[in-house]
Amino acid sequence: MNNSPMISIVDVSYEYTNVDDTDLIALNHVDLTIEKGEHLVIIGHNGSGKSTLAKQMNALLLPSSGVVEVAGMDTRDPALLWSVRQTAGMVFQNPDNQIVATIVEEDVAFGPENLGIEPTEIMNRVTAALERVDMAQYRHKAPHLLSGGQKQRIAIAGVIAMKPDCIIFDEPTAMLDPSGRKEVINAMKVLNREEGITVVHITHFMEEAVGAHRVAVMEDGKLVMVGTPREIFTRVDELKELGLDVPQMTELASVLRKEGIDIPADVLTVEEMVNHLCQLKLMD
Amino acid sequence: MSIKIDGLIHTYNPGSPFETHALKNVTMHVESGEFIGLIGHTGSGKSTLIQHLNGLLKPTSGSIWINEVDITKPGVKLKDIRKKVGLVFQYPEYQLFEETIEKDIAFGPTNLGLKEEEVRQRVKEAMEMVKLSYEELKDRSPFDLSGGQRRRVAIAGVLAMQPDILILDEPTASLDPRGRDEILEQIQLMHQQKKMTVILVSHSMEDIGRLVDRIIVMHQGTIAFGGTPREIFTQTEELEAIGLGVPQITHLMKAMNRKGCQLPEDIFTVEEAKIIIMDYLRGKQNA
Amino acid sequence: MLKDITIGQHYPTGSVVHRLDPRTKIIGTFVFMAGLFTVKNFDAYLIVVTLLLVTVKASKVPVKYVLKGLKPLMVLIMVTFLINLFMTRGDAFFTLGPITMTWEGLRQGIFMALRLVFLIVGTSMLTLTTSPITLTDGIEHLLNPLKIIHVPAHELAMMMTIALRFIPTLLEETDKIMKAQMARGADFESGNLINRAQSLVPLLVPLFISSFRRADDLAMAMEARCYRGGENRTRMKALQWEKMDAAVLLLVFGYLGIMIWMRVR
Repeated sequence: MNNSPMISIVDVSYEYTNVDDTDLIALNHVDLTIEKGEHLVIIGHNGSGKSTLAKQMNALLLPSSGVVEVAGMDTRDPALLWSVRQTAGMVFQNPDNQIVATIVEEDVAFGPENLGIEPTEIMNRVTAALERVDMAQYRHKAPHLLSGGQKQRIAIAGVIAMKPDCIIFDEPTAMLDPSGRKEVINAMKVLNREEGITVVHITHFMEEAVGAHRVAVMEDGKLVMVGTPREIFTRVDELKELGLDVPQMTELASVLRKEGIDIPADVLTVEEMVNHLCQLKLMD
Repeated sequence: MSIKIDGLIHTYNPGSPFETHALKNVTMHVESGEFIGLIGHTGSGKSTLIQHLNGLLKPTSGSIWINEVDITKPGVKLKDIRKKVGLVFQYPEYQLFEETIEKDIAFGPTNLGLKEEEVRQRVKEAMEMVKLSYEELKDRSPFDLSGGQRRRVAIAGVLAMQPDILILDEPTASLDPRGRDEILEQIQLMHQQKKMTVILVSHSMEDIGRLVDRIIVMHQGTIAFGGTPREIFTQTEELEAIGLGVPQITHLMKAMNRKGCQLPEDIFTVEEAKIIIMDYLRGKQNA
Repeated sequence: MLKDITIGQHYPTGSVVHRLDPRTKIIGTFVFMAGLFTVKNFDAYLIVVTLLLVTVKASKVPVKYVLKGLKPLMVLIMVTFLINLFMTRGDAFFTLGPITMTWEGLRQGIFMALRLVFLIVGTSMLTLTTSPITLTDGIEHLLNPLKIIHVPAHELAMMMTIALRFIPTLLEETDKIMKAQMARGADFESGNLINRAQSLVPLLVPLFISSFRRADDLAMAMEARCYRGGENRTRMKALQWEKMDAAVLLLVFGYLGIMIWMRVR
């Protein structure tokens, strides 16, 4: 193993030409380093450039200027393209549009097959990957009969069967109902905590960011904030200005502080809020 | 305009091995001008139910009265129903097809056989309601717009039919917080200003709690229970048993009470919670 | 209505026939068809029927289900029968104005209709006992030698797989868009042919746009999973010839031999 970070993004800009010949800047001098084993959440409203940034992380897009390195591999080097994509897998937003095969196990096998892995090894990987996302009993089913959350877990299994070090999730829960969302988030957490897979998660749902190691906020192609969830979410007013939500408990803490209540600004969960309120009560 | 549903049953593929009972005896009543939140797990029958309200699906049995007219009776003109009951599907922007925004929004009113002048007037009004500038955008292609704007064009396409009842199936799905707030605000305004009867299907308990007069909870093809947000969100156990949640603020109140406090549990907005907690802390300080 | 069509549908039972190598079944089906077209007399049909019955029995697919596949093609079978009945010259047994029916026509009509029935049943046995993906696999392998003359065997097979994968998705989408436009007062059911064709525009345009979007998404997702065409690609389930395949091939070629012999005899 080399000691380079999982993903290093140095001064990356990305421009593209629109249909009506105007040049648009989707990424504007972005710097970001993602360490191995990290769980990073990227938030920002639609059009802020977060999806473009995600696609830079596995060479689906290449920087106009600057350098992106995945485990020390420059994404612009054509010779490294497939190693980069095998190392940094990706799960997309629409569960229907990323499943290739008509049977679940065939779909999970798609990635390893592309890598030219031996058949018996593929079989083992498919079995392990389906068990990891708790979908083993659906192995022989047709994907179109599954729920949204189940389809996304199949997509995740398809990525982990390629044995990546990092998975980039591009709004994987946006089209799901609350139970589907929970399924996908749980799978994500398991992979990060138990398998040590680096997770980069792009989302609108601030509640999903609470458990992350770090949160990055994008606006207008720039990274405007990076820090721990506590550091980020205490900046309630700034986030609201950017058109973003904050977790409800953080918002409550913020309005209580404005009323002069002595409560920390970085409350994220219901349990924390209860503990703080009880302490306030005891102090009286 | 009121809605009355009596003993509605809908079975897909009856008599085949794929037979599914999507609705089993649904009876409900919506008053004219009410704002209803329809919640339930995926597959609970919400989509099937709302598609009955403008005649897109025919009941296996039961009757549906829209303003004293039984729309399940033979001889009822479906066009008349669709004029009164506007239905906005999930991801409605995928139904856009015309070259210009104006033409697309005009599709509905034109189908109603209205005169050109009247159609244009309605397009203008509908665009105004969803806060899109008619002059600026009417000749643009809907496909040039951002996702959130495209969705508003699609909603305007239904509003231009000038329905008395507006049904929206998860109108904020996949939108970012700003897009979501804009659309919800516009729906609220339509309800208040145009006195429209609104049925909002949503998974977000926070949004539902903030907006609606009454909640109807569906489970496995039946109406599990109903009531004002205050009444519904105090029934945490019942909601969780059928795979639904309550707003975080309600959770907080419950958690405080488990620690021995005696706070009201029918609270679901940050503003309300602030007042309750302030009172609680001050009450303690005075003691 | 779409549910009635059993042609091209897979009916899994796990029988011997299902477990055969898809290549065996594809070759077998073609040999069966070749044999069927050499038949000139009714007596040779006995062998065809026997072969079909054995196959259906061994496949454990209910006979009723197999015959259901004929339903959507009944019109075609009837037309074939009637054309032969009226158009064949010979001994007339019925005349009404310009219409004449002949004994030769009746014989020819029944003969041709039966050929069509056997053809449909025979080919639907292939699809009923083979999942789409294994079928595609088989086609890909059989086309492989043609790569020398630049037939893109892998690409063709991949296209078929993806088409099969997206048929249910697109059917669902069609239904949704249709309903959404009906909610805006669109009418797909009444009016003359031109009106009806016009009324399809609000359905077809969104459907095309969404198909392109899906294709775009899918291409991106496939690239992200390191897809780069058929080269150096392995398969989880490699196809393997078993003894059973050899036996079945021997059987069908034997059948073809008998058919040819009966014809030239």
